Amino acid sequence: MTPEVHHPSDIQLGRIAYRRGKAIRSVLAAALSTAVVGTLLVVLITGAPGWERVKQSFFNAATAREYLPSILEGLWLNIRLFVACAAGALLLGLIASVLRTLRGPVFFPVRALATIYTYSFRGLPLIITIYLFAFGIPGLRLQGTPNVTVLGGAAITITYGSYIAEVLRAGIESVHPSQMAAARSLGLSYRQSMRFVVLPQAVRRAAPALLNDVVSMQKDVGLISLAGPIDAIRAAQIATAEALNYTPYVVAGVLFVLFALPLIGITDFVTLRAARRQNAGT
Amino acid sequence: MLLTCTDVRKTFDSAVVLDGLDLSVGEHEVVALIGASGSGKSTLLRCVNLLAEVDDGTIELDGEDITNPKINPDVVRRKIGLVFQSYNLFPHMTVLDNITLSPVKVYGRPAAEAKAQAMEWLERIGLADKAGSYPDGLSGGQQQRAAIIRALVNSPRLLLLDEVTSALDPELVGEVLTMIRDLKGDGMTMILATHEMGFARQVADRVAFLDRGKVLEQGPPAQVLGDPAEARTRQFLARIIEAGRL
Repeated sequence: MTPEVHHPSDIQLGRIAYRRGKAIRSVLAAALSTAVVGTLLVVLITGAPGWERVKQSFFNAATAREYLPSILEGLWLNIRLFVACAAGALLLGLIASVLRTLRGPVFFPVRALATIYTYSFRGLPLIITIYLFAFGIPGLRLQGTPNVTVLGGAAITITYGSYIAEVLRAGIESVHPSQMAAARSLGLSYRQSMRFVVLPQAVRRAAPALLNDVVSMQKDVGLISLAGPIDAIRAAQIATAEALNYTPYVVAGVLFVLFALPLIGITDFVTLRAARRQNAGT
Repeated sequence: MLLTCTDVRKTFDSAVVLDGLDLSVGEHEVVALIGASGSGKSTLLRCVNLLAEVDDGTIELDGEDITNPKINPDVVRRKIGLVFQSYNLFPHMTVLDNITLSPVKVYGRPAAEAKAQAMEWLERIGLADKAGSYPDGLSGGQQQRAAIIRALVNSPRLLLLDEVTSALDPELVGEVLTMIRDLKGDGMTMILATHEMGFARQVADRVAFLDRGKVLEQGPPAQVLGDPAEARTRQFLARIIEAGRL
């Protein structure tokens, strides 16, 4: 049996034609307004009285070429640091969020500790945390104190761990209690219910917010330069001092944006997918 | 008696939900709990499953006091299956994984064996082709039948069914009720809280009418539903008939 081909009625054909015309007009309007805004911006900036000076000291191609290798070398430190800190912060956040959801008097100390942790490190400016870790801990003169890169990385990990803990906790609490009840009714212990039923759903729901925190961390690993190691930003600072020109900072900035683009793309994709699922959900 | 509830009391803040309730259920017996919303049907089932703690009285399963705080609730729950009104399948797992989670993780049974057993059940109720689907790809009736299998694979001594057809479209109620009727044929001991009076009449060995946290009247379905002794039971049934549910 061949399915009958549906021929749209004249009314439907009219509607389709109208919508198509409207879509074409919208695209034209968008193109026109983009052109106007773009032209205005270019005229405004390049026509400014100081433009020639700014171009010379921020967008100097020769300086950019000269210092690109050393800044790239610094960026490699940022990348390694980012991977280590992201893994550490996710793990730390997971532990702290689960500890905060434990009930019962036995768990009061760990619950309190986890709460104090998330409250204090979300409030403390990252710069201060880095200074305290990188310069305070070596001051204790303990044997086996790691170098400032590791200490600064620890400061970033601990700060971001506290944000991630709160995002995950919100995810855990968004899973309906009936899911926990169903898991317990099957004989699963609290730990098993958390691990197999609640956490997988919580992480899926929190994924967009988690990735957003990770993107934010990606640029904040640049603050390690405050502790001394030569990362992309510190390399750019040295180059700026040498060349008496700010172009190296712009180069470092562009590199950071390029480095962040893939993850930002993934975050957008995951967020979109989560929103679509929620809308499709029954 | 498999289950004996004696003088069970449960309060939520100032609301007394169960107020000295007595009920016993024998092996292979099917008991239907009827009564208005808020009469304590669901709360009683949650107390039996230890998802809620009683505030007084005792519940004995197989002669063991399961309201004793020294008892491990996880061990008790393995003897009792519970099916919820809103199915509560795990949305991030396939139907098959939902069913095998507890046998594999709680009982440590080999995954292949648990899977084979689950497939046997799914085939029996005609859901084998949905084994790899996620719950949101199933109709309400299919989800509820999968949830019943999930509660059954651990071979519980007692199955608790909490208004399992209340969330279903009318045309899907039949397939779930057929499944429960089959389970009775297998000799499964069940307590079902229900609003389906016609079904209670067919499948239950005994109907218990709950009113204000007590069993006000109980007996064979024909007697409790056909010729109730208590005025409040008559009032309740009159309202049900008025709503066209009997």
